[in-house]
Amino acid sequence: MTASGTHVPASTQKPVGAQAQAEDRRSLGRTDTVSENRLAASLRDAAVAAFLAGVLGFFFIGLRTDLAPGGLDIRMRWAAWITAIIVVFVGRLALNVFVFKAAHPVGEDIGAKVAGMGRAVPGLGKWLTRALFLFALVLPFFFTTFFPGRDRQFIDLAILIMTYIMLGWGLNIVVGLAGLLDLGYVAFYAVGAYSFALLAQHFEIGFWAALPLAGLLAAFWGMILGFPVLRLRGDYLAIVTLAFGEIIRVVLLNWYSFTGGPNGISGIPKPTFFGLEMSRGDDGFAAFFGIEYDPIQRFMYLYYIIFALALLTNLVTLRLRKLPIGRAWEALREDEIACRSLGINTRNTKLTAFAIGAMFGGFAGSFFATRQGFISPESFSFIESAMILAIVVLGGLGSQLGIVIASIVMIGGIEMLRNLGFLTEIFGPGFDPVQYRMLIFGLAMVLIMVWKPRGLVTTREPTAALREKKRIGADMVAQGEGH
Amino acid sequence: MEYFFQQLINGLTLGSIYGLIAIGYTMVYGIIGMINFAHGDIFMIGAFISLAMFLVLTTVLGFAFLPVVLLLVLIVAMLFTSAWGWAVERVAYRPLRGSFRLAPLITAIGMSIVLQNFVQITQGARVKPLPPQIPGGITLFQGSTEAGTIVVQLSYMQIIIIVTTVVLMAAFTLIINRTSLGRAQRACEQDRKMAALLGVDVDRTISLTFVMGAALAAVAGFMFLLLYGVIDFYIGFLAGVKAFTAAVLGGIGSLPGAMLGGLLIGLIEVFWSGYFSVEYKDVAAFSILAIVLIFLPSGLLGRPEVEKV
Repeated sequence: MTASGTHVPASTQKPVGAQAQAEDRRSLGRTDTVSENRLAASLRDAAVAAFLAGVLGFFFIGLRTDLAPGGLDIRMRWAAWITAIIVVFVGRLALNVFVFKAAHPVGEDIGAKVAGMGRAVPGLGKWLTRALFLFALVLPFFFTTFFPGRDRQFIDLAILIMTYIMLGWGLNIVVGLAGLLDLGYVAFYAVGAYSFALLAQHFEIGFWAALPLAGLLAAFWGMILGFPVLRLRGDYLAIVTLAFGEIIRVVLLNWYSFTGGPNGISGIPKPTFFGLEMSRGDDGFAAFFGIEYDPIQRFMYLYYIIFALALLTNLVTLRLRKLPIGRAWEALREDEIACRSLGINTRNTKLTAFAIGAMFGGFAGSFFATRQGFISPESFSFIESAMILAIVVLGGLGSQLGIVIASIVMIGGIEMLRNLGFLTEIFGPGFDPVQYRMLIFGLAMVLIMVWKPRGLVTTREPTAALREKKRIGADMVAQGEGH
Repeated sequence: MEYFFQQLINGLTLGSIYGLIAIGYTMVYGIIGMINFAHGDIFMIGAFISLAMFLVLTTVLGFAFLPVVLLLVLIVAMLFTSAWGWAVERVAYRPLRGSFRLAPLITAIGMSIVLQNFVQITQGARVKPLPPQIPGGITLFQGSTEAGTIVVQLSYMQIIIIVTTVVLMAAFTLIINRTSLGRAQRACEQDRKMAALLGVDVDRTISLTFVMGAALAAVAGFMFLLLYGVIDFYIGFLAGVKAFTAAVLGGIGSLPGAMLGGLLIGLIEVFWSGYFSVEYKDVAAFSILAIVLIFLPSGLLGRPEVEKV
């Protein structure tokens, strides 16, 4: 009937994924004709993919509309279009030959090895956690010692990653533990940031005094927004929390007299160290302790603040999981009806999850405000919520270590694009790798999810166990089913 | 009073566009029970394809006869946008079928990010203005107030939008109710496993559902382009959320419900901006979404969802 009907030959309609691989494996190595067939099939498949890329890309890569003096102007970019088709053809062919239709799929080997490694070293996760913790502890000194020229940049990146780790851990309470899919988490981040900014602006309250207040306010908002959605689940819950997040952003944007509208709030004070400012001068931190002033000290201090806040989030989460409320969250995630039949107050359980998750979002928001010194509604758009949720889900729901890995991979990897200056020399001066970062982020979200739908870290230990603790594989856990 | 009628006409026009997008949400939700988060961006893709095709026809090939141009643009946009809809389903949703419920939602959000940024990179971040192509209209009646005369006008543009929507709605209702494809879709909606056992090609049916949704979104995108004359890579998000609101309001899974919901959302948005405040018109739409989901989760025309244990 439409494009797909005509563009898709029967070759792509056959079973895909595991089933096709199994079929390919069954026919493996019988005769040479099989491998010839496999090559032919790979070529055909690559040709189809290239054709599809040509169709999809024609109006976007092949044509370009631009503003011109007399209205809009359109021009052809044949070279770019044909390059894209060739790239897709070669890429798909390589994938077919080495992964999808290969006798020994490369991906499977690697996957098996990784899985084997996890089994061979039982405490791998524990040791990795310890190593990461120790590295995080000495990170600022590591960078000032070994990368003195670029330490500021690296520590700034570490602060950013740590902020997302904290947000991920905060959201993990709501999504990973209580199983409530929240797409509006950025609202609490915004509440925390604006609370501190407004308190500082109107009442000249410093960061440390405002921090608990911001957390409380965010928790309060968590309850307010949590109350109406108690009956909702799964996708519906996600979309309503998204709506709440957007409502808060639009209100921040339009309430000029209170929030400054799109201009935001600037001049937010920096945190002090027990009243000592991180500044040059006689009453500054450096002068008090008799060390030489260096602007990097401010970044190191900010890093340790967010590190401490993130650790606090983690510790609280780990402790809460052992308390009745944490058990109730996990029970709620697995089966709400069973929960209710067993006499768990689902309303209070959900509201505490929202409130505590929101509180950590509020802390992180305050930190964001003090770090930037300037906030505007632009920083709290839906894409932030999506990124935080992506980190939680990609890391493996409920896994604290998974969130750390996902934050480092997603945020750190994306920010590293800023350093790829050599690509400009390859692709010409018009090429800016930074503009591709969100595209790559989105692609990574899709690909990682398709590759590992349960997230990167999929096994976890049960919080409560009878007699002995067994590690639970992803296939046995019905977590996050959207109940 | 005249102001009211003019707003009513504007609201119905806008509502038609939302309704067309909402059908894509409602069909996909009905058949596989997921929110196709990237559907709003498919609408945006449709708008960009329409713009490019329109420019190719008018400036490069030199077609001047407007009705033919519009028809050609519509057909091409529907075809190419369907290819996008098919590809999105194939890449991001099909591998995760039967996986746990959060996974396709995450890939859908990822796909939405990919589409937005793909268009931003290839077509630029700045808005693309297109001057009004269909001038004129029918003056229904004139009224005079202290401020001067107010003309209630039904422009040809609005007539085209409403008529096209009605025709497409009729055609799609026929497809769903009368053809074997529609029967397969309804079967999959009720019980996918049973449908597969009875010989329905479930994967193909789901793909075609995405294709149909994308084709309608392309029409909506083209109309949005003609009506507002300005598009950018970000229009999909807001339009998508509003259309989803429409689908939920009408009762998710119900085709007439999606259309009714679309019209209501269009009217509410236009009247809200006309009588209260333009700044908070999106808040109105988001609030309705929350209110409907909380108090009327099955929508106006939907069936209540029964929870099986």
